[in-house]
Amino acid sequence: MTGHVFHPGHDELHGVTVVVDTLGGKTHVGRFHERNDQGVLLHDVGSYDPTSGGTTREEFLRRTLKFGVRVDHQHLVVPGTEVAGIIPLGGLTL
Amino acid sequence: MPYDPRLVQPMREEMVRMGATELTTVAEVDVALGDPKGTTLIFVNSVCGCAAGNARPALAHALKQAVKPDQVFTVFAGQDLEATARARQFFADYQPSSPSMALLRDGEVVHFVHRHQIEGRAPQDVAADLVAAFDRHCAKTQAA
Repeated sequence: MTGHVFHPGHDELHGVTVVVDTLGGKTHVGRFHERNDQGVLLHDVGSYDPTSGGTTREEFLRRTLKFGVRVDHQHLVVPGTEVAGIIPLGGLTL
Repeated sequence: MPYDPRLVQPMREEMVRMGATELTTVAEVDVALGDPKGTTLIFVNSVCGCAAGNARPALAHALKQAVKPDQVFTVFAGQDLEATARARQFFADYQPSSPSMALLRDGEVVHFVHRHQIEGRAPQDVAADLVAAFDRHCAKTQAA
């Protein structure tokens, strides 16, 4: 059933843990809820900010793949104008 | 807020049918996991109809193989809150998600399946990964 809509009646990514890259260089990993006029709403979100130092995006994602999402925000709206790309975390290969 | 127990009862029974022992209290968790010997799989159950709805049949299929964990336990996230929190202390390096599965050997985590490794995948694909993990970590060493 790969490729089916995960939660019928919702966006195909609803309920899926996704990686959202932003034009500003931040990366958020969280459970996709919906896209609306405000942007992309995620739940249980771990965030990577390249300006905070200490690690790289790849290291952040590699650790997330192995140990799961360390939640920084219960809910987060990523403005639609800032979204550079969205991919399922489970489909990520590093 | 836990769901109506009547709603989740079939999800509990599905686990028991495949041979898992339910742990619903901290005391039960401590008894089950407190003396780590051999291989143990802990399934963190969930009401999520899609992810858990795939994870349970995947595990049921994998447990039909000859090589499998010595023991299988399950806790129910969002339902048995204290038991789930206690169980997660036994694999505390891994962030909470549900459904998820931890495979322990002599108390050490040797394999972990996160929710994101279940989402959008067919049960047979998740089962294949579990079978590979069981073959790798649960096979008995032949006596000389």
